[in-house]
Amino acid sequence: MAHAHSVKRHKGLMDWLTTVDHKKIGILYLLAGAFFFGIGGIEALMIRWQLIKPLNDFVTAQQFNELITMHGTTMIFLGVMPIIFALMNAVVPLQIGARDVAFPFLNSLGFWTFLFGGILLNLSWVMGGAPDAGWTAYTPLSTVAYSGTHGVDFYTIGLQIAGLGTLIGGINFLATIITMRAPGMSFMRMPMFTWTIFITSAIILFAFPAITVGLVLLSFDRILGANFFEVGQGGSPVLWEHIFWIFGHPEVYILILPAFGVISEVIPTFARKRLFGYSSMVFATILIAFLGFMVWAHHMFTTGMGPVANALFSISTMLIAVPTGIKIFNWLFTLWGGQIRFTAANLYATGFIPTFVMGGVTGVMLAAAPADYQFHDTYFVVAHFHYVIVGGLVLGIFSGLHYWWPKMFGRILNETIGKIAFWFFIIGFHLTFFVQHFLGLLGMQRRIFTYLPNQGFDTLNLVSTVGAFLMGVGVLIFLYNVVITSMRPADAANDPWEDGRTLEWSIPSPPPEYNFKQTPLVRGIDAYWKEKMAGHTEMTPAEPVGDIHMPSASILPFVMSVGIFIAGLGFMYHYYWIVAGGLGILFVCMAIRSLYDDKGWHIHPEDQVETNRKGVKA
Amino acid sequence: MSAPHPEQVTSALPHEPEKATLEGRNKVLAFWLFLGGESVLFGTLFATFLALRNQVADGPTANELFKLPTVAAATFILLVSSLTSVFAIQAMHKGNRKLLQIWLAITVVLGLGFLGLEITEFYEYVNHEKYGMTTSAFSSAFYTLVGFHGAHVAFGVLWISMLIGQLSKKGLTVVTAPKVYVSAMYWHFIDVVWVFIFTVVYLLGKVG
Amino acid sequence: MKRLLPLLAGLALLLSGCGREDLSVLKPQGPVAQGQYDLMKLSITIMIVVLLIVFGIAAYVLIRFRRRPGQTDVPEQVEGNFKLEVLWTVIPLILVLILGAATVQKVFAYGENYWNDKNAIKVKVTAHQFWWEFTYPDYGVTTAQDLIIPTGKKIAFQLKTVDVLHSFWVPSLAGKTDTNPEGSVNTAWFQADKEGVYRGKCAELCGQSHGYMEFKVKAVSQAKFDGWVKVMKAPVAMPEDKATAELLKNQCLSCHAIGDQGGPLAPNLTGIGSRESVASILINGEDGKTVKQNLVEWLSDPQKVKPGNKMPSPKEKMHLTDAQIDAIADYLSKSKLNY
Repeated sequence: MAHAHSVKRHKGLMDWLTTVDHKKIGILYLLAGAFFFGIGGIEALMIRWQLIKPLNDFVTAQQFNELITMHGTTMIFLGVMPIIFALMNAVVPLQIGARDVAFPFLNSLGFWTFLFGGILLNLSWVMGGAPDAGWTAYTPLSTVAYSGTHGVDFYTIGLQIAGLGTLIGGINFLATIITMRAPGMSFMRMPMFTWTIFITSAIILFAFPAITVGLVLLSFDRILGANFFEVGQGGSPVLWEHIFWIFGHPEVYILILPAFGVISEVIPTFARKRLFGYSSMVFATILIAFLGFMVWAHHMFTTGMGPVANALFSISTMLIAVPTGIKIFNWLFTLWGGQIRFTAANLYATGFIPTFVMGGVTGVMLAAAPADYQFHDTYFVVAHFHYVIVGGLVLGIFSGLHYWWPKMFGRILNETIGKIAFWFFIIGFHLTFFVQHFLGLLGMQRRIFTYLPNQGFDTLNLVSTVGAFLMGVGVLIFLYNVVITSMRPADAANDPWEDGRTLEWSIPSPPPEYNFKQTPLVRGIDAYWKEKMAGHTEMTPAEPVGDIHMPSASILPFVMSVGIFIAGLGFMYHYYWIVAGGLGILFVCMAIRSLYDDKGWHIHPEDQVETNRKGVKA
Repeated sequence: MSAPHPEQVTSALPHEPEKATLEGRNKVLAFWLFLGGESVLFGTLFATFLALRNQVADGPTANELFKLPTVAAATFILLVSSLTSVFAIQAMHKGNRKLLQIWLAITVVLGLGFLGLEITEFYEYVNHEKYGMTTSAFSSAFYTLVGFHGAHVAFGVLWISMLIGQLSKKGLTVVTAPKVYVSAMYWHFIDVVWVFIFTVVYLLGKVG
Repeated sequence: MKRLLPLLAGLALLLSGCGREDLSVLKPQGPVAQGQYDLMKLSITIMIVVLLIVFGIAAYVLIRFRRRPGQTDVPEQVEGNFKLEVLWTVIPLILVLILGAATVQKVFAYGENYWNDKNAIKVKVTAHQFWWEFTYPDYGVTTAQDLIIPTGKKIAFQLKTVDVLHSFWVPSLAGKTDTNPEGSVNTAWFQADKEGVYRGKCAELCGQSHGYMEFKVKAVSQAKFDGWVKVMKAPVAMPEDKATAELLKNQCLSCHAIGDQGGPLAPNLTGIGSRESVASILINGEDGKTVKQNLVEWLSDPQKVKPGNKMPSPKEKMHLTDAQIDAIADYLSKSKLNY
């Protein structure tokens, strides 16, 4: 067994292409997510610039429809979801005291398929036009008859590939959380962030196959001439709406639950108090996920489902307010009696609470079907979901990034600049979206490329655009912060916030390749805090020091994703021999993976660094 | 949790070799999860089919089209193949690699038989009944649902064939055993899906 | 609660000050929009109470429990509080039930189908990219863009589309109803209490000119409505100039209809001279533009006015000269209905 030192270690670019280390994959997700978030943000600013005044002609109607479609699709599937995946890769294995995820190889595969799906989708801009039927791609508008370019094909194929990556990631994290927890960490001792990722992964598992089928049906209609949504041949456009939203609404909870998790970590740390009502938080998370599958049709109140369905979906939707309310009050009462420190991370977290509540209450208002007949498809809805997704999720993401940045990169982001970015972002955010509630009520429908003057829309749209650019400034300041921070030495302590409660703060920042030299023994909720309160400086080990088994790096996931990418492009343009070639690459890689067992390699004790290397405060 | 390291086990195989290592247990668990996702996938396809099954446009209806005897034969073949894969797992638990390979081979042959019948059926429909993917919403839903299942069978046939080869080369170990086990899970799953297809697509098509 | 009332009253005042009477959801002009507005007021009232409680606690906590410099003691690690947790589960549940009850009642009230009601005026709405067709089956009248209705009567709709999905929305009269393809035709109703012109919009992304797919609802007295039906059915004179009449017949009327002549593929032009707008977005009389000027603008380059619309370009496809366009526009602008 001569494997320990003879294992080939890749360097530079090859290291990143072949890595199966969850921490590095987390960074890859962050880079890719940030890239797409930037593209989506530029699209958003172009949309706002077009709407700054009535009858503006900054972009054409066609370009505008492409922009809104790509803004929504990019932000949701390629921007914020990967950044969630970045955080969960960087943090979850550490929080549960694991050395890696259950399937490091699949983890890498999930990332590369997501990335190539995202690239494919964005190639549409330079290959004959982006999709233009909205991120919901309602048929018949998205069928060949009404969207003649290849744009929607890029949408269906790109999202299928990216969705495959997401699904793989979801399964991987479910298995990881179920089987890889350190000794003593029962489910009810898991950190809240891990809990929300667990539930999010479960929603991914049950929601993504539905949209995959929907996208397959749509691409069959477009490419093979099938008739799922072809009215003349008996197809049903309403069927698409149902399939899309059976996925689409759980997707909202896929997005927001991780933000809940981040807030539930950041607030206790900076209030120096344990999370108030932990078990009811867990319960509320599960309930939200469950109800999340029962409410999809509230996106279709005006479709004509009849009063019985509308009434039922109204009630089930309103019920979600109850577990969400539980969460809000639990956070507030975590802060109550605490010693709150306003770091940038905590500013984002405390800013999250009122902002998200505003998005939540408009959600309940939208749930009242007859009122929704008025709100539906207006700027009121645009305001609502941006309050939830930007005011909720994106604030949560920024909070989490500030909070875990030292753990991911060994450097604390500059606090002052972080706070400046926060104020730009949140003021810009409220300026942009608060006024949009009123635009909707005044009669401005969404997804319009311009509007006539004299309707009372002009001033509010101007305000909204100004706000959007302030948000842009906030994001740029954050990026500047990242740049100047990365030029500083990596000197963050194990527990840089000093009040860390969970296992990730008990190991170096950034952690060594194997995370834990010795798997820790967990003796309660907030395991590391508990040890600190008992006067210990580190976790009690659950095993002696010994060889650590590591998985081998592999280029196969990258190559497989290239294969899928090639097959997808070929399918779109009816080159079936290219499809065969791409799938051939995929299957050959799968066979190689199956035929050659990965025996991995070992890190011997003498090569393991001292855990407490940076135990003292920097 | 005294899982022996894969490389330490060469001769004496534990009773359930597929669950002897953490990797093996992870694989089985993740495969259950994967099948959960697959259930939603097929569930959505079934829902689509049910919504569109009477939308025949100018094409033939289910009642005009389907011939139950062939489909019943295909069903029988697939059900038997599920049974043979159970025998394969029993052989694996007894540590009998040769028998395991034989049962897997029989399973593959039956799977190929099923695919043969399905391809013949599709060929008939397309060439003699003028019933193709583009005929009607019903035909699109039919080919997509049944075709998705057929593709799963084809993939399973390839997969299990490759495992038979691997077993010859590597023997029955705690590394190969989980692979065989999850492939059997997969095979049972597509069998169950077929039972639903037989009921919802064919039987309901004949009576409804 | 008492202290909140003036606040809410102030808010209601603020809201009611918003928007145009013919367009704003906040200024309902008929019973359906009014009922929907009432539900909104109920929900916003409940929600403002919730917001005030949350904001109040948040503000108190964030001010009161800041960490003081040099504070090193560890605060009490509270696990939870059963009574409090029950409280903030039950109270939201009650609020939801109140809102839920009102919602269910109104869902059924506005889900009512008045198509077979003898007293209702029936209108079939057909949506096209990017224009609206209105057919009155009881009167045998078809028109486009301007929906003429009598005040004080229930208007029962059947709505469908012939191409992509659209959504029929007159904010000041009622919420939206989607137009689905044949096979899943929707019904809806509303009523206008006052005479006036209300703005309608398409609310479902339907292609490039989705934002321009507007229409007008003109509510008139019953007598005027009856008069309108009568003149709509009267024969329409063709242009006096032979060449223009020929041009109109060969080019325009192959798709459009005027009176009893022409086809149903494009908007019916009967009485277009007395409509509120040309192509639904060139508002007649606004910025001093006359109907004729708007018609000329439209006919000179329809794609510029309404990108993606299906009308073949009169200049490029039909090779009309400026003079011919002017003649057609002149004729159409004088095609007025007196009722």
